Amino acid sequence: MHYLDHAATTPLDPRVKDAMLPYLDHAFGNPSSIHRLGQEAKRAVETARRQVAELVGAKAPEVIFTGSGTEADNLALFGLTEADGLQGAHIVISAIEHHAVLHAADRLERLGASVCRVGPERDGRLSVDAVLAALRPNTRLVSVMWVNNETGVVQPIAELAAALRQRHILFHTDAVQAAGHLTIRFSDLGVDALSLSAHKLSGPKGVGALVLRGGVPVDPLLVGGAQERSRRAGTENVAGIVGFGQAAALWGSEQSTRQSHLEELARRLRQGLATIPGALFHGATAENVGHIVNVRFADVDGEALLLNLDLAGVAASSGSACTSGSLDPSHVLMAMGMDRQEAAGAVRFSLGVASTEQDVAAAITATAQAVERLRHLATSTGEVSR
Amino acid sequence: MSQRAVVAMSGGVDSSVAAALMVEQGYEVIGVTMEIWPEMTPLAQSRHAGCCSLAAVEDARQVADRLGIRHYVLNLRQRFQEQVIDPFFASYELGRTPNPCINCNHGVKFDVLLKRARELGADKLATGHYARVVTEDGGHRLLRAQTPDKDQSYVLYQLGQTELSQVTFPCGEFDKPTIRQKARDLGLVTADKPDSQDICFVADDYRRQLTDSAGAPARFVDARGVDLGPAPPISHFTVGQRKGISIPHQQPLYVVALRPEQHQVVVGSEQDLFHHRFLLEQVSYVAGVVPDQPFWADVMVRSHAPAVPALITPGREQRAEVALTAATRAITPGQAAVFYQGDACLGGGAITRVLADQAAAVPIALGVGRETC
Repeated sequence: MHYLDHAATTPLDPRVKDAMLPYLDHAFGNPSSIHRLGQEAKRAVETARRQVAELVGAKAPEVIFTGSGTEADNLALFGLTEADGLQGAHIVISAIEHHAVLHAADRLERLGASVCRVGPERDGRLSVDAVLAALRPNTRLVSVMWVNNETGVVQPIAELAAALRQRHILFHTDAVQAAGHLTIRFSDLGVDALSLSAHKLSGPKGVGALVLRGGVPVDPLLVGGAQERSRRAGTENVAGIVGFGQAAALWGSEQSTRQSHLEELARRLRQGLATIPGALFHGATAENVGHIVNVRFADVDGEALLLNLDLAGVAASSGSACTSGSLDPSHVLMAMGMDRQEAAGAVRFSLGVASTEQDVAAAITATAQAVERLRHLATSTGEVSR
Repeated sequence: MSQRAVVAMSGGVDSSVAAALMVEQGYEVIGVTMEIWPEMTPLAQSRHAGCCSLAAVEDARQVADRLGIRHYVLNLRQRFQEQVIDPFFASYELGRTPNPCINCNHGVKFDVLLKRARELGADKLATGHYARVVTEDGGHRLLRAQTPDKDQSYVLYQLGQTELSQVTFPCGEFDKPTIRQKARDLGLVTADKPDSQDICFVADDYRRQLTDSAGAPARFVDARGVDLGPAPPISHFTVGQRKGISIPHQQPLYVVALRPEQHQVVVGSEQDLFHHRFLLEQVSYVAGVVPDQPFWADVMVRSHAPAVPALITPGREQRAEVALTAATRAITPGQAAVFYQGDACLGGGAITRVLADQAAAVPIALGVGRETC
């Protein structure tokens, strides 16, 4: 299987797995326990906290470990908005956020807050002015993702952070797709809260983090024990957190080689796909992380293409999967001005550090063949393809 | 390389076994389940315990795992909305009683799903329907299932030669107990699911929604047009219905007709429900050829109704008139009338209008070809 779906999840780095194993085995202590086993687990969690903080240029105490990137997003949206009560609260998000933010905002709205959703330009990038124009005197929080998970478009986070800092409005960014791929200096940036997920960084699933600037109060989502300085109750997922720390440390030390490897593969992939007639790239004209390639092929349905790629041993994706695992046309592409059919044509290839030239070559060949076959089928059966 | 088949797996026992039978026949099988429900709200999830619900998708996935076949979930929500749900509502507004299964088969399963199957490189699309396809002399015939009481050819009457050349119904050769036993032998999770899991809940669910909704109020009238008092909107009624008629009367009253333009619900006695003659539109023939002469066939006027011998007179623009040899209860506009000769399903059409009986039922039909034009 040629795996080109790293924006969905990445394989676990064997070195990360090795670092985790003791905590699934003999080092099973509860970090809250007073004895040595507990202390050993506590040390491991705190080491990981430093490692994750270092990857994003934050201070260790600013890292709150969560159960996922989604939980980190939820903690930011609910925890930062609810801290002062919801009545009269106004928040601004972009229309191209991950569902972890979109649906959290929907719920806040049902609970009495008002929400403004700002759409992107046609190239997939948000205009800073458009976000600022949406602000109101009672705006409490702005949440804009750093790198869009479907298009790879980089959003103007530094500019937004600076502008919002001036206005004393809290700013959260979902950096799940940005971490590792872009250099992040949390302390210098002026962002108040930033979400991370381990499994997008060759780490394990089931662990994320919200990096929260010191002194910003947050209402916990989970209450109970005093873990994570009472901001996230529940016994820590020690092995997962250790894996997250190790994954972050490896990205930190290998960032430049990883980035150039990814850039080279992404260049080849784009070049190869561009030779297929009717290829249209989405979000490619704006600043882009590169390793996420979103493309459609005229007259070819994305779902049909993806299933054919899967049958040919190439794993890619599109939009975001709904509950049952089927595909919904992307809200991101539709927010960029595409109609339903255009959006339903989109396919996303995303490269990772373990990707190879062979993977890229296989993806290009399989896509070219599938596109040709599907077009031929549509014309031979006299159907108007969508 | 073995031939590839796509099996539409609804999450019920029949389509599960259909997949198993295709594997046994040596096909490389890909299971697909349609995602059709508009929104996965908690309410929708609890109500839609039937075909293609979230729970059913999980069951289909487990069966696919057990059989060692690939499985995909296809998003056909928009299509289902346009082809099944929207027409369902529109139909009731017109005073008709639609059959959503037929629309789903015609507009979704044997249309876009069949297209997907071809896109996946499949030679055949199999479903769990109880019916049979027989190919002889280069033509394809649609036959009733081996077990008549489970036969579902009624909802498949719109299949033509192109579709029949690409579809197969592996369950059609067996009876239900055999299918269940087969599922048990294979250890499929769906083996003992109740039959109702196989059916679609559009009818129940949306019908309830319809009767809860407001609409233009109607009047109850009798057959001569005499006003009998206020009635709820006509979309709340279907021909043959007894419930919801708030008129005191010695004998039980039934809805005998609906007049959408006048917002009238015509009520009458049980005898008033029996008719011989009616008109059809969108008539299709399995053989792909419109007969140029009136012909005799046995006609079913609703799912599971007994087939009644009738003379069918084809008209222009896919219309036809049917004259039954026996008066039949509650012939309902919107439902399909399906033609059979022996085991063979010849085609059918949608009932548009029931004609008043004249003195003698059958001979009249011979002379009325004009009316259908």
